[in-house]
Amino acid sequence: MPLSWYLVFGALLFMIGVVGVLTRRNVIIVLMSIELMLNAVNVTLISFSHYLQDLRGQIFTLFIIAVAASEAAIGLALVISMYRGKSTFNLDEVNVLKW
Amino acid sequence: MEAAALLEGTAALLPHITVLVTGLVVLVLDLFLPPRGLGQAGSRWATEAVSLVGLALAFACALAQAGDEPRAVFMGMAVVDGLGTFFNAVFVLIAALTVLLSAHYVRREDIRPGEYYALILFATLGFMFVGSSSDLVMMFLAIETFSMATYILAGLLRDTPRSLESAFKYFMLGSFSSAFFLYGIATLYGALGTTNLLALSQAMSAEGTSPLLLMGMGLLIVGLGFKVAVVPFHMWAPDVYEGAPTAVTAFMTAGPKAAAFAALLRVFAQGFGAPAFSEEWVPIFAVLAALTMLLGNIVAIVQQSVKRMLAYSSIAHAGYAFVALVAHNAAGAGSILYYLVAYTFMSLGAFTVLMIVARRDDQRHVFDDYAGLGATNPALAAIMSLFMFALAGFPPTAGFAGKFYVFSAAAQSGYYVLALIGVLTSVISVVYYARVVILMYMHEPDAEAPRIRLAPTSVAALSVTAFGVLYLGIFPGGVMQLAARSVAFLFPG
Repeated sequence: MPLSWYLVFGALLFMIGVVGVLTRRNVIIVLMSIELMLNAVNVTLISFSHYLQDLRGQIFTLFIIAVAASEAAIGLALVISMYRGKSTFNLDEVNVLKW
Repeated sequence: MEAAALLEGTAALLPHITVLVTGLVVLVLDLFLPPRGLGQAGSRWATEAVSLVGLALAFACALAQAGDEPRAVFMGMAVVDGLGTFFNAVFVLIAALTVLLSAHYVRREDIRPGEYYALILFATLGFMFVGSSSDLVMMFLAIETFSMATYILAGLLRDTPRSLESAFKYFMLGSFSSAFFLYGIATLYGALGTTNLLALSQAMSAEGTSPLLLMGMGLLIVGLGFKVAVVPFHMWAPDVYEGAPTAVTAFMTAGPKAAAFAALLRVFAQGFGAPAFSEEWVPIFAVLAALTMLLGNIVAIVQQSVKRMLAYSSIAHAGYAFVALVAHNAAGAGSILYYLVAYTFMSLGAFTVLMIVARRDDQRHVFDDYAGLGATNPALAAIMSLFMFALAGFPPTAGFAGKFYVFSAAAQSGYYVLALIGVLTSVISVVYYARVVILMYMHEPDAEAPRIRLAPTSVAALSVTAFGVLYLGIFPGGVMQLAARSVAFLFPG
């Protein structure tokens, strides 16, 4: 399959992630959308890495996976303390400070 | 990698390693020190002393590298050069001042010192690696390092809804922007086959612009724009700065902002600095700078909370520093460094006063809480006035000298309109800074407000920042020369 298919796939995944972060109000789904954006970058990097016959792109992907894991750890910890305080997963109810 | 190269790399990154080791020592020390009871005061002092000694060592290591030949280490991942060394010193200074101003806060709000100071040190490590990275992979990892530490710091008071909400918004928009930054790196990697900044600029000069390259550049602008909180990517900043614990807000307005400017200088002035590419990004930056200065200053006028007003003021100041980036000449790059040092002193100082006035539970942040401060606590009011005048840009303070350098650099490159907007918005900013001063001196104090007691560490933090603001304002030449020498390699000839 040509490179452009993978790139378009990555771009679509990224767009789905962006739309998810901007429109969804459930915290867990927003976190999933952010992960989706990071994985879209991974798909893009790996397809470029294969196309260029250069391993650096794939090594970078491993770094991104590690960073995504630690980001998820912090995100879920925040979700848990939010649920303890407010018993909700809805982002619209987190509004002490005005946007 | 050969042993010699490993040794050379380790020696080159000695300032970073010192900060890392200090952070780890603080973290391990926390296990063995008594958390409660009689030993509690001792554990706090021990943690702070270890942090400050470590930072002093790191500062000495950073100074020892001044004037070294620029060299890349660890296979082109990190670099030791004037820019990196200058930023290392600035970041260590920010961390040391934050430790000083936090000492009172940690006791008052009963924060566990081990995790707090360790996170400050790890965030500082992230800043320093941003300033020293010469590869986009390295830069991404460094940005994530400090971002994650600051997400946790913002949510440190996890039982208070404001702090938690601040951490939440910071985390959401921080990781959102990191994804854009990453997508930009991936696109550039696809366009040019490398992530090393020097190799990127060489490859770009050989191949010229392509749609893929421009897309990558745009995504990097979005990603870093969020980190600097430049309009229109600023909407997280007022909420996050207002909700975070005040000592942390002080740290966040100084550190991450300076680190994001270090990243902008590395990527845009160094990587995309060639005239063929700078003409693509300079107009975008000019629009961003103008919007940031206008919005930051105008919205700050209507704020009811001093903390939120300073958050908007921090956005506006990022706009002024952006003007220097737009100028894209040697004077501009030098004035960014100068401005960041000046802003560090002004902002950390002002937030120290805020932290003291807020009293227990970090509640009192509205303008009326400052009424009559000149009568009840003349010294504190005088020093707050100094910081307000400095932020507004009055001579003879660091704020004036910083703005002078930035706007003259812009005028040098022919951006007269931008310099004019900068001067006009500075005039607007006097309205809200003067409001604090007027309240302090011309209104009756609130009789029920508890008395303010100054801790010795807070006095030390205030003295250092006030001295910095005045010294940089009266003798700006020394630091400016240092800054100009540090960035000279970006604009040869």
